[in-house]
Order: sequence, then C-alpha cells, then structure tokens
Amino acid sequence: MTFDVQMTVNGVARTVRVPARLLLSDCLRHDLRLTGTHVGCEHGVCGACTVLVDGVAVRSCLMLAVSADGAEITTVEGLAGPDGTLSAVQQAFADCHGLQCGFCTPGFLTTITAALAENPDPTHDEAREIIGGNLCRCTGYQNIVKAVLRAAELGRAGS
Amino acid sequence: MTAMFGEPIARVEDDRLLRGEGAYLDDLGHDALAVAFVRSPHAHARILDIDVSGALDVDGVLAIYTYEDLPGRLAEPLPLLIPHPALTHGRTGYPLAADEVNYVGEPVAMVVATDRYLAEDAAEAITVDYDPLPAVVGIDAARAAEHLVHPDVPGNVAAHLVQSNGDAAAAIAAAPRCLELDLVIERSASMPLEGRGVLALWDTDSRRLRIWTSTQTSTGVRAAVAAKLDLALASVDVITPDVGGGFGVKIVHPWPEEVLVPWAAKTLRRPVKFTEDRVEHFISSAHERGQRHQVRVGFDDDGRVLGLDVRFWHDNGAYIPYGLIVPLITSTQLLGPYKPGAYRVEFTSLYTNTVIVTPYRGAGRPQGAFVMERTMDAIAASLGLDRALVRERNFILPSQMPYDHGLIFQDGRPLIYDSGDYPAALAKLKALVGWDSFPAVQAEAREQGRNLGIGLACYVEGTGVGPYEGAHIVVETSGKVKVATGLTTQGQGHQTVLAQIVADELGVPFGDVEVTTGDTRAFGYAVGTFASRAAVMSGSAVALAARAARAKAIKVAAAALEASPDDVEIVDGMAAVKGDPASAIALGTVAVLSNPLRYAFDEAAKAATQFAGGDIDAPPVAEGESPGIEGREFFSPVRSTFASGMHAVIVETDPLTAETKILRYCVVHDCGTLINPRIVEGQIHGGVAQGVGGALYERMAYDETGQLQNASFMDFLMPYVSEVPDGIEIDHLETPSPLNPLGIKGAGEAGVIPGAAVFASAISDAEGFPITTMPISPSDLFELRQRHKAAPDAG
Repeated sequence: MTFDVQMTVNGVARTVRVPARLLLSDCLRHDLRLTGTHVGCEHGVCGACTVLVDGVAVRSCLMLAVSADGAEITTVEGLAGPDGTLSAVQQAFADCHGLQCGFCTPGFLTTITAALAENPDPTHDEAREIIGGNLCRCTGYQNIVKAVLRAAELGRAGS
Repeated sequence: MTAMFGEPIARVEDDRLLRGEGAYLDDLGHDALAVAFVRSPHAHARILDIDVSGALDVDGVLAIYTYEDLPGRLAEPLPLLIPHPALTHGRTGYPLAADEVNYVGEPVAMVVATDRYLAEDAAEAITVDYDPLPAVVGIDAARAAEHLVHPDVPGNVAAHLVQSNGDAAAAIAAAPRCLELDLVIERSASMPLEGRGVLALWDTDSRRLRIWTSTQTSTGVRAAVAAKLDLALASVDVITPDVGGGFGVKIVHPWPEEVLVPWAAKTLRRPVKFTEDRVEHFISSAHERGQRHQVRVGFDDDGRVLGLDVRFWHDNGAYIPYGLIVPLITSTQLLGPYKPGAYRVEFTSLYTNTVIVTPYRGAGRPQGAFVMERTMDAIAASLGLDRALVRERNFILPSQMPYDHGLIFQDGRPLIYDSGDYPAALAKLKALVGWDSFPAVQAEAREQGRNLGIGLACYVEGTGVGPYEGAHIVVETSGKVKVATGLTTQGQGHQTVLAQIVADELGVPFGDVEVTTGDTRAFGYAVGTFASRAAVMSGSAVALAARAARAKAIKVAAAALEASPDDVEIVDGMAAVKGDPASAIALGTVAVLSNPLRYAFDEAAKAATQFAGGDIDAPPVAEGESPGIEGREFFSPVRSTFASGMHAVIVETDPLTAETKILRYCVVHDCGTLINPRIVEGQIHGGVAQGVGGALYERMAYDETGQLQNASFMDFLMPYVSEVPDGIEIDHLETPSPLNPLGIKGAGEAGVIPGAAVFASAISDAEGFPITTMPISPSDLFELRQRHKAAPDAG
C-alpha cells in the first residue's frame, strides 16, 4: 500500500509516493535524493538525521514519511541563503573547526539552528545543553561548543 | 607569500560538508540494488540447513546467495592479512559461513533486492537450522579451554610470543623490592558514526569493476577483490568516497561484504550496494581492547625499575584476519617513555566466540599505557614517593636518543625511539595542571567532604609505520596543481594539510592546490591510513614529489628565461630570475612550455608549438626528460617515528553515587613539527573523548552465551558532550623526527592512548585504593568501595 505525501522541502513543494513504512530519513535521502541528512543509528540516539519539521528539530529516522504530509521541512541543504551564503551556524562550524569527518555535522547544524531561533544568546552551559543529544565520534565536542557560541555571535551581528 | 606549513588555517574540506554536499557511501548509487544479510543468532553453532524457499517469492528479490553459491577463490577463507611466525594457528572466516558459525552476527546468507526494505523482508523469510555448540566467551573461558572455538586449535591459542631484553627474572629476583599486579581492560570499539558500506558497478562495455567502499585502504581492497574474483588489478578501480569516521575498524579488508557485493554486481550485471546498519556494526564489524595482564616488577628504593616481567592474554575474537598487530603493539609500546631495566613480555592470543578484534585508535597502546602507568603508580605508592618523581626517575633522557629497546616492533623493525624529550614534557604538564599544589587543593576539598583526585599518565607512540606511501603532482597549464596520494581520509583534513605542504614546497598559492586521496585511478600504489601515519608518510611523499616538480619547473623556466637554474626561483606561482621580478612567468606557462606541442589548443599553447622557436638542432624533449611539470615520488622510512605525550586529569568522585566528574583535563603533546596546529588539537580533542569513553563508559557487554547485550547507542554508552571535559588544556612540545624530510610525527591516535591509565590514576588518588580494572562505572566504583570498607587491604 502506498500513499502520496506532499511536503515543502527547503522551500520547494514536493510530492512523493511512499509505502506506509518508509522512514522520513529514507524518503529524504533516497526518494528526494537529499543525501545531506545522514543516518547514524536508526533508533533516534545519535541525532545525525535531525531535520526541521515546521521549524522544530526532529529525528527523521523516528518519523514515517507519511506523517510528514503537509509539513514544511528544512534539511541541511536548505540552511544556506538563496545566494549560497553559508548560514551563521554553518559559517561558525567552518570558523571553529567544528567538524572532522562531517558525518554527524548536518544533525548538529539543524539542531543548533532550531535552538538558536529560540535562544539567540546562549550561555556556555546552554551551548553545551543545546548539543547534548547529538553524538560525534571525531571532535570531542570542544569546537562544536565554540561553534554554537560563534554562531550566536554571527547571528546577532547579522540581524 | 606567507609560509603555510605550521599555520592553523581553516579546512578546505568544510564548505562542501557543511552544505550537505558530502558524498558518503550510502549517498551514492541511488539506483543500485540493495543487500541485506542473514546473520547468525548463535555465538557457536553448526549450520544444518538453510531454507530460502520462503524468501524467493518476496517482491523485488533478485538473488539469494549462501556459501554453496560462491565460486572459486570466493569460497576460500578470507585472507590472513598480516602473517607472523608466532601466529601458528591463524583462522579466518568465509565470506558466508560454510558449515559453522563462530560469533553472533557472522554472515550466513545474502539477499539482493530492489531496495533495502524488501531485502530485509526476504532475509527474515529465510530459515536456518542450527545445532548450537557451547560458546567460549571472555579471556578466562578461552584460557580454561573447556570448549574450543575451532576444533583444530588446541587451547584456543592462536599465537604465543615471548620477547625479552636481558634477564628479567634474575633482575627482579635481585631487586630490593618487588610488586605484582593483575590488570584487566575490557572491550570497546571504534564506532564511527558511519558504518561500513560498499557499492559496486560492473561496466559490461569496458569489462571493468568499479568499487566505492568506506575503507581506510582502497589499494588493499583493490588487490583483495582482484584476487578473489580472478580479475586483473588493472580491471578494478577502488574509490574511497567521503568516509564518516574510521578509527581503525575500516582498515580491515576485505570484509565479507567487500568481496560479495562486487561479485554480485558482476554476476547480476547491475550496481549493488550494501550499507551497514548500527546493529550490524556492533555485531559484525570489529572490537578491541580486551586484555588481562599479570605484571611482576623489581625496583630499587628510589623507584627505579630494574626488571619488568609482563604476561598477558589477548582476546582476538572468532577469527584473526589482522594478525597479531594489537598484542604486538601492546607488548612493545607498554614501555612508554621508560627504561624498564631487563624486560620480558609474553602474550597469548586467544580465540573466543565473539566479534573479531582488530585495531581501534590506539591499537593496543591504551592497554599498554594502563599497565605501565598502573605499575608506576604502584611503585610510587609502595615507596611513598610522588608519582611524577618515580616516572621522571625512569625516563629515557634526550641524551640517550636514539634509544634501542632491544625488541622488535609491530612493523618487524627494531624498537628504536628516534627522538623525544620526556623530562621537558613532564615539566610542562606539571606546570599546566598545577601538580605540586594539588595536594593542598585536595586536602581542602576533603575537609568539605569532597573527593578529589589527580592522575598522570605518559605514553610513547610509534607512528608513521611503513612500508611506504607515494604521491603524484602535476602542474596544469592553468597553473592549478593537482596532487594525488593513495592513502585514504576519514576526516583528518588531509586535503588541507597536504596542500599546505605542497604550497610551500612548490611555491604556489594554497588555493591553487587540490588534493585527491584514496582513489586507485589517481594513484595506485599505497598502503592505507592507520597507525597515525598519513601526515608522516603521505606528507613526506607529497613534499618529495613537490620538490621534484619544482626542480623540473625551474629547469624549464630557466631555459625560457635564458638563465641558470640556480638563479631561478618560484614564488607565489610565478617563476622568475632572482632579483628580477619583471622576468616572472606564471607556472601555468612553464607547464605549457614543458610540453612541446604540435597542436595549439588555446592562445597560451601557441608558445609551445613547433614553429614558435627553440633549438632546431636538439630533440624537443631532451634525453632523460619528459613532457609536463610533474613529480612522482615515494617515501619509505627505515622505521617508525615515535611521538609522545602526557595527560593529567583532576576528577571528583561523588561520595554517594560514585559518579566520576572531570574537573580539569590537561595534555602535553609532542608530534614533532606541526603542519596545522588547529587540526592537531582537533585530533587530540577527539582522542581524549574516546579515552573518556573507554575509561568510564564503554564496554561490550557479552553474556555467557555470546549475545551482545548492549548492541545499540541506547545501551553502549558513547560520550555525549555532557561526558567529556568542559575544555581540554593543551601544550605542545616539538621534537622533530630525524626520520623524514619534514620532522613530522603522527598525531591521530595520541589523544586516546593514556585515557584508561590517567583516569585509573586519578580515581585511585581520590579513593585511596588502586583501580585495576577498566572501564570503571559508578556501580563498579561503588562495589569497590564496599569491598575496601570490608577488607581495607584488598587489591
């Protein structure tokens, strides 16, 4: 049994026919070919697959594609500006060496983007809290914490 | 132009990865067929029957394979990659189990279908009839050998090796003091965020096999697949896409999937892809660390070691494809920065019915450092001496370098330290952490009911093992510089650091240099990325290739400028007579001139055509020369170069919950000359986090039947940010290596090595009793407290 799902993904209306059991992560990656969203554990613990669903950070491996019908979704591919300028969070990761292999990075970028929209001026402890549910095996998180604070700084300067 | 070498510049890799434009294995091959495996649910069993009939009718299934379907060399056991004379009973698995399974997770049948969901449906519909056998789990059970993993391997012993330098038994017997320690370290694993994966495409038109695999060695996979599928090496291309972390596990090759997927692609004439999921990674990739050590040490009243005798047992899992590398490293690198007096080490490598054990970042060194540093602490405790002082008294001194330990290292070469300054490193670390003032801090905290402890641990790491790496550099007519080296990248920033080296050596802008790694089409001779060797080996190779290209460019430019090559220099991509900037010609133009042309392809190229001038009585390409500005060189050092470092940690242990909290973490690190300090610090950060995981959280919880009880990120506790130190204080020491042209030593693994050792030291200091088993969870510590309360002298 398949269903038509209509979503707005990174500002573009998309319709995709999917089986009921298809995960949103697989739908984005394999049906829509937006492979920036990565799958690290398939049980919602690592956070690599985090996307924004109606502005809220969601683990796309824990959500069925059919339940995204009508939703507005932002993936890592949708974070940069229309002219290709990196978003404040993306730029901060580059400035602070916040990534190594880059596999978990999209999930951190989306998670931090959502968190800074709610709290544009986090303290150091809040920066650690913001990324507290995402796993990274390369960086030891030191420079990701710095990137959160740097992104907030860039965001304030740009607003 | 500023020198790029040594600058903490931002990475060129990042822009792509930050936009979601990385291309990891599962991001490729959208139209490929998908593979799912039936894996053994038993740790040890005979396979009686495999019934695939229920799976044949599942929608979208194209093929189901079992052992009986495998042709030719594919039906033979997988290679034993690193043979060793002591590995008398080496056993490796088959790509698909033949008639027996030896660990939970071993592949038994392979399904190929139109997508992964359907392939898994079909895999579930396959019925395998097993006759379970007793499972051998853990070092104690393997040693007892009541049951055997492999019936033809007596005592479960894969290998037994003794190395010695001097008469340790006599030295210990004659020593004024002697101690014995029994030390255990449990299993953990590399656990990259991206699992393994392989995509293969058989091009029926050109009869070529193209493989993308998430590997640490593309050339290794290429050779193995060509051999297994009986193809010419020249007909197989292996490309390493972006790799989402390796940490050692992806150096093993060929994995069963790495030969089966290419074979299926060739057989089915369709692209085929396997992407490992997380559970599969836990139960069918590789683990490391599990060892038990017994130490006897003889020393004098000043704490100087006179004799050291170490016996240890290493759990190598069900098979031993990567040979003895891990225990060989433990047995030699255990010595760290110390002179052990007479030394004897004996290890036994044992089979168990668990996942295979192969190098994980640190590769046997974390165990060695744990054992040696626990020994140093025990000596200090028994003499009532300062732990740092005892270490210092045993250090090899800079004046004693190069220092020959009289042993053979993992690369088959003598264990000779090339350089290092351990007393200077210790002085830096003591100053950084405030070692001498800590007892007062500790006493004050104790008065407030708080348990604080400080720990210290040292290590020496052989890095940059051979046999070689090479590089090719070509200057294009656009002036852009293309660099290729064969080893692979898993996030270390090789494209950045190798470009830094080339920019300086060749004299071109950093932005004009583009580096390719791990693609056999671009460079076919390579070993791989492991043992903290990429910067040392490929860094040196690209430097040598850049020097060759530069010499060639200067020769061509000198002819064009009618000057002596000695008077020509290349700066910022321009070749000019020294002191005469007006003479400058772009390196791209030099590349045009280096290649005599019959046909002009653009305006610039006209300068190289046959009527454009030049000596009409000489051959256009002089004897011994070749067209183009290129360099192709190899670097092959005589032996490894030895990096070193020391960590200190201050912890607080909760008096009620026995939780360990990290208050400060300090690192002094010496990896020779630094190419990019920012990248080196990133490597240290990541290593320290893995060290914390290995010391306090991560263990593979096998039950007695060989079921892995915690095969998920819910239950295997990898550190989040909340578990790692809030700030890692780092100081560098630079003792250049004399063994390579740039003075580099490796930096990739260092951060993790002293993890278990430094936490054991700090928690012992906080608690007042020795910690002898790692990792140590709050429950473990709580139980130890109870035991020491009941019997204060217990070990």
